[in-house]
Amino acid sequence: MIDWVAQIGARTISKIAATGRAGLMLFGAIFALPQLKNIRLTIQQIYVVGVQSLLIIIVSGLFIGMVMALQGYTILVDYGAEGSLGPMVALSLLRELGPVVTALLFAGRAGSALTAEIGLMKATEQLSSLEMMAVDPLRRVVAPRFWAGMISMPMLALIFSAVGILGGHFVGVDWLGVDAGSYWSIMQATVDWNEDVVNGIIKSVVFATVVTWIAIFKGYDAIPTSEGISKATTETVVFSSLAVLGLDFVLTAIMFGIE
Amino acid sequence: MTTRKTEILVGIFVLLTIAATLLLGLKVANQGMQANGDTYTLKAKFDNIGGLKERSAVKVGGVTVGRVESIELDSDDFTPVVVLSISTQYSTFPETTSVAILTSGLLGEQYVGLQPGFSFGDIENLKDGDFIEDTKSALVLEDLIGQFLFSRDSD
Repeated sequence: MIDWVAQIGARTISKIAATGRAGLMLFGAIFALPQLKNIRLTIQQIYVVGVQSLLIIIVSGLFIGMVMALQGYTILVDYGAEGSLGPMVALSLLRELGPVVTALLFAGRAGSALTAEIGLMKATEQLSSLEMMAVDPLRRVVAPRFWAGMISMPMLALIFSAVGILGGHFVGVDWLGVDAGSYWSIMQATVDWNEDVVNGIIKSVVFATVVTWIAIFKGYDAIPTSEGISKATTETVVFSSLAVLGLDFVLTAIMFGIE
Repeated sequence: MTTRKTEILVGIFVLLTIAATLLLGLKVANQGMQANGDTYTLKAKFDNIGGLKERSAVKVGGVTVGRVESIELDSDDFTPVVVLSISTQYSTFPETTSVAILTSGLLGEQYVGLQPGFSFGDIENLKDGDFIEDTKSALVLEDLIGQFLFSRDSD
């Protein structure tokens, strides 16, 4: 019984310590930025986490826009309101699906790769070797990846929304015969730049921070064995998906909850 | 050589993002049209504003000339005061102008319809901050049904 209580205590303390390490690492990564030679490394990482995620983002954006147009059309046409297809597709993409689905895909595509890469660097003692050579691994390895994730994900979310709206146009207008003029003009009358687009960007910046932070910390803090790395990779995807969905509710409540 | 290729691909990524932002800004949110935004405000008191919201359109004969800026309740006589912000491009509405809350289509959004009055002789134009006197409230379905039933009973 006492053992059991002691175990709970020990676990709690180790979780709090892990949170502390995560906070310190985030602090180190954010303030390790301003160095000109790091920009090269950051661009290299934007290529890895951003450009290489482009394909999956564009394809899923296209199909999600197309599916929403198809589903929305079959419901709206009963009320003779198929003109509202444009705002429906645009608002749900800009406010919710763009940031959220991008963050989930990003966690799966780029977050897991970041964790595995940094975890393996730790397991093969590359991080310790960097320290031996008086190179700060936070500055050399972690910071470029963190900033690359922060920069790439909002960009990917914007591309996702834009491609989704074009996909909705493709199905709604070209295939199902919604009037192109009403698709765009009612969308323009409904969508507000500050209310919808900027709030979506703010959401994706928050998600980018959380997903990249979790991914990098899980790699940096992984138990340096093959088992430990696989566990860390799984935890990255699970934790960041949960964090994104939970935060999304909070952000939506703050941004759109009260008129 | 690999860094060069990386840089080019990241450049394409950035260009794609700019293209997406332009699409969202100009084509979806129509930011370009709102940018030329010198406006002046008019106020109107209604008995009932129905489902009118902030940012609803203000239209003259179907042409959008402004937006509803804010809706408040007058603390003295408890009637809603609607503040309209109207583009200075349309600044010559006479004082006899009337204003009504209308609905676009059967299920559509409610908007404010301005009906410009005659301008002759000594009628002045509405200025910034003026109240429009002649207002017609929104139609409330329950009131309409009530009136209809009442008028049938009295027949």
